[in-house]
Amino acid sequence: MDAAPSTPPAPAPAASGEEAPIHILWMNAGLSCDGDSVSLTAATQPSIEEIALRALPGLPPVAVHWPLIDFESGPVGGADTFIEWFFKAERGEIDPFVLVVEGSIPNEEIKSEGYWSGFGDDPETGQPITSSAWLDRLAPRALAVVAIGTCATYGGIHAMEGNPTGAMGVPDHLGWNWRSRAGIPIVCVPGCPVQPDNFAETLTYLLYQAAGSAPMIPLDDKLRPTWLFGATVHEGCDRGSYYEQGQFADAYDSPTCLVKLGCWGPVVKCNVPKRGWMDGIGGCPNVGGICIACTMPGFPDKFMPFMDEPPGAKVSSALSGAYGAAVRRLRGITLDTVDKEPRWRRTGHRLTTGYRPPW
Amino acid sequence: MTQTTRQTTPHAGADGLTEMSWDPITRIVGSLGIHTKIDFKQKRVAECWSTSSIFRGYSVFMRGKDPRDAHFITSRICGICGDNHATCSVYAQNMAYGVKPPHLGEWIINLGESAEYMFDHNIYQENLVGVDYCERMVRETNPGVLELAERTEAPHAAEHGYRTIADVMRSLNPLEGAFYREALQVSRYTREMFCLMEGRHVHPSTLYPGGVGTVASVQLFTDYLSRLMRYVEFMKRVVPLHDDLFDFFYEALPGYEEVGRRRILLGCWGSLNDPEHCDFTYRNMSDWGRRMFVTPGVVVDGKLVTNDLTEINLGIRILLGSSYYQDWEGQELFVTHDPLGNPVDPRHPWNQHTIPQPQKRDFDGKYSWVMSPRWFDGKDHLALDTGGGPIARLWSTALSGLVDTGYVKATGSSVVINLPRTMTKPETTFEWRIPRWSNALERNRARTYFQAYAAAMALHFAEKGLEEVRAGRTQTWERFEVPDEAVGCGFTEAVRGVLSHHMVIRDGRIANYHPYPPTPWNASVRDTYGTPGPYEDAVQNTPIFEENPPEDFKGIDIMRAVRSFDPCLPCGVHMYVGGGRTVEKLHVPTGLSGMAG
Repeated sequence: MDAAPSTPPAPAPAASGEEAPIHILWMNAGLSCDGDSVSLTAATQPSIEEIALRALPGLPPVAVHWPLIDFESGPVGGADTFIEWFFKAERGEIDPFVLVVEGSIPNEEIKSEGYWSGFGDDPETGQPITSSAWLDRLAPRALAVVAIGTCATYGGIHAMEGNPTGAMGVPDHLGWNWRSRAGIPIVCVPGCPVQPDNFAETLTYLLYQAAGSAPMIPLDDKLRPTWLFGATVHEGCDRGSYYEQGQFADAYDSPTCLVKLGCWGPVVKCNVPKRGWMDGIGGCPNVGGICIACTMPGFPDKFMPFMDEPPGAKVSSALSGAYGAAVRRLRGITLDTVDKEPRWRRTGHRLTTGYRPPW
Repeated sequence: MTQTTRQTTPHAGADGLTEMSWDPITRIVGSLGIHTKIDFKQKRVAECWSTSSIFRGYSVFMRGKDPRDAHFITSRICGICGDNHATCSVYAQNMAYGVKPPHLGEWIINLGESAEYMFDHNIYQENLVGVDYCERMVRETNPGVLELAERTEAPHAAEHGYRTIADVMRSLNPLEGAFYREALQVSRYTREMFCLMEGRHVHPSTLYPGGVGTVASVQLFTDYLSRLMRYVEFMKRVVPLHDDLFDFFYEALPGYEEVGRRRILLGCWGSLNDPEHCDFTYRNMSDWGRRMFVTPGVVVDGKLVTNDLTEINLGIRILLGSSYYQDWEGQELFVTHDPLGNPVDPRHPWNQHTIPQPQKRDFDGKYSWVMSPRWFDGKDHLALDTGGGPIARLWSTALSGLVDTGYVKATGSSVVINLPRTMTKPETTFEWRIPRWSNALERNRARTYFQAYAAAMALHFAEKGLEEVRAGRTQTWERFEVPDEAVGCGFTEAVRGVLSHHMVIRDGRIANYHPYPPTPWNASVRDTYGTPGPYEDAVQNTPIFEENPPEDFKGIDIMRAVRSFDPCLPCGVHMYVGGGRTVEKLHVPTGLSGMAG
């Protein structure tokens, strides 16, 4: 795959002579809860202020248009209207820009009128502009389209069976093989919400790529950054050893493996137990919360009821129950031995360490 | 469309009113539109419509699912207060399943929820609403006020370190302001406190009906307490800082108490259960409701109408009128009587049917996805608000005079908060006194005081939790069975105010589930009786103090009024100010022309 252009086509430099910024247009008006926006404010590796103030070497300047904390707030058509940036992008007046989409994209074609999700108003009609319309208008002009959270990536909770809106993820709407004009596929950072540093890191990567200092972002076939989503929850879970020893919790407050109580960790691609939720603190199965697979395309329907044992876990946990009991007994014997100090650590007149004293 | 700059100037229509809208509003959670008609001659907002443009349909897709999935699903209603939903859902499930969690499990939830208050109010106050009061914003809207601020010494400079009010404002400038950046860091370690207790933020991983999966250890409480004491020390600076800032606005702009002011119509559903008393039965709900560490209450015109959760429950009504839904009149009733035998109204959430009906937005008709929750006092359907949460919680708790943990004491007219000695600051007492108005500044002030309240309460919970651990009672979860037929309700205070979850189980499955967060109350729209929702009502009363002419108008006073409610649209709203009938189409700011006809 091609790397992004190292010198993206840009409008005339700003009057100050400074490098023109990369605009980040954040659309939170999919079917969302803004949890991914909120989550990003928890990131520290790097933090949002470090990205905005370019605390990392080589980061290009950015102009972030993010509803959650934007200074600008209108009125519509007034001096500093937030939504005006989206109209500017549509008209090709800001370039380059990265479009961040939060929330799933409802199907607006299944009804005769109205909207499931609107973002700003159409000046012609006074009616809300739908999120799917914005996506269609802006995606062709974007340097990259980034889907943040499991809703935007794969549909998520709002695309649950029985939902009225026909919600779907950005790749379902634009097409899984869609490429931006810079040749970048849709970048999917799943999670409900997104793990803070996972997104901060992906965004940082894309900014480095846009600045020409990083190659094409490596993504897997579900468009996830490979270095973040290559391993399973179980592979990074510090309770995995209980599994190996056949020790399974039968109550949620047990410190042992939760697989029989609903944890789907062995088949879920996510790095939270390994990484912690923020600054190494918190998590899911590693701290007593069953993995409900919130980063996966099959979420949530393929994992409900959440508190039931995954059917596939029954066989493997029975096997490890038998094997693990034997392993645990042997380890118990060894542990007993290594839990005692060697016998030469003692008081007395005689040295018994094996050293031959010259006196 | 090639226009890159604003081509129109707002012009008043024949009625002298100018339509203006803010849609979407930034620095809140979710997509909210406020559409107004402004009388620039009188410097007042004449009319206001609030509109929410997103529908997801939780009540629809939850039907038929396993009831034990409810807290995992409903958490996703909101990305900033999802844990409040998970907690409320767990409460409702506990009632339906007849399970009472171990005390330690409840203390852990209380510690998690306290951290949520500390985190959420902090980030909202300093990084979202604080920007409305920062030096840059004041310079762009009221340069005269900034000049005065430069000359005004901060009365509590010794406590917070900023010599003048303008220094305080500068510290709030986005990214550049030192206090702005410090608050971001505070929002992080408070979330770490939260994650210690509930696994992850904002959608908890360790919350279950019957308790929590958190492994209770000395380490858990030490890690929490160390961070909590840093926060306690932080609040000793923040309370006086905000007192200085908000008091200054009253002084600098006489009449500013009218901004965002509405009649005192406050609701608080109580929060932070006391495991010594709360057994999650409906039968005893009135009693354990009064034992909550934030006392439930409906406050009208400054008087406490009730602090009885059962009465509060039975008074809830969901009206339509301006929302995109088909009415459910005549549909089946799920719950005719509550478990005590009291009749339950067809418009009560237990009996609600959600039937979406997407349609064009029409400010003279239907214009929002938000419904109109009201509280029926036997005579009127009151459009209660939460004032963003803290003002209602403090007001209700103060009036009831029931809370007394030593760290926090309700007196009948105030709430006294005692913060112990910290690393560099001595023991400090703050007293929140019932204010004269329910307005923007007092909603904001209460938010700061409630941060101190939550921290003080958390000290109590940490002591109680640690007591359990030291005594060896480390069980945090209790077994339960899901019954075939049951009803449940959960009540708590989300960060932004009242939160209820109503569930009906049939054949072991969810037959009906309706969550009511604070924002549907605050962002609600004109109901069947024509009563406007709280934002609409508060903004319609708002005078304009901004010095800018209509061409450069930002509507800062309107934004301050709206943001004082801490809107959270995933939980419920979208606002719209405008709705002109006579406005000249060519001169209407974008977004309104279609509504003018």
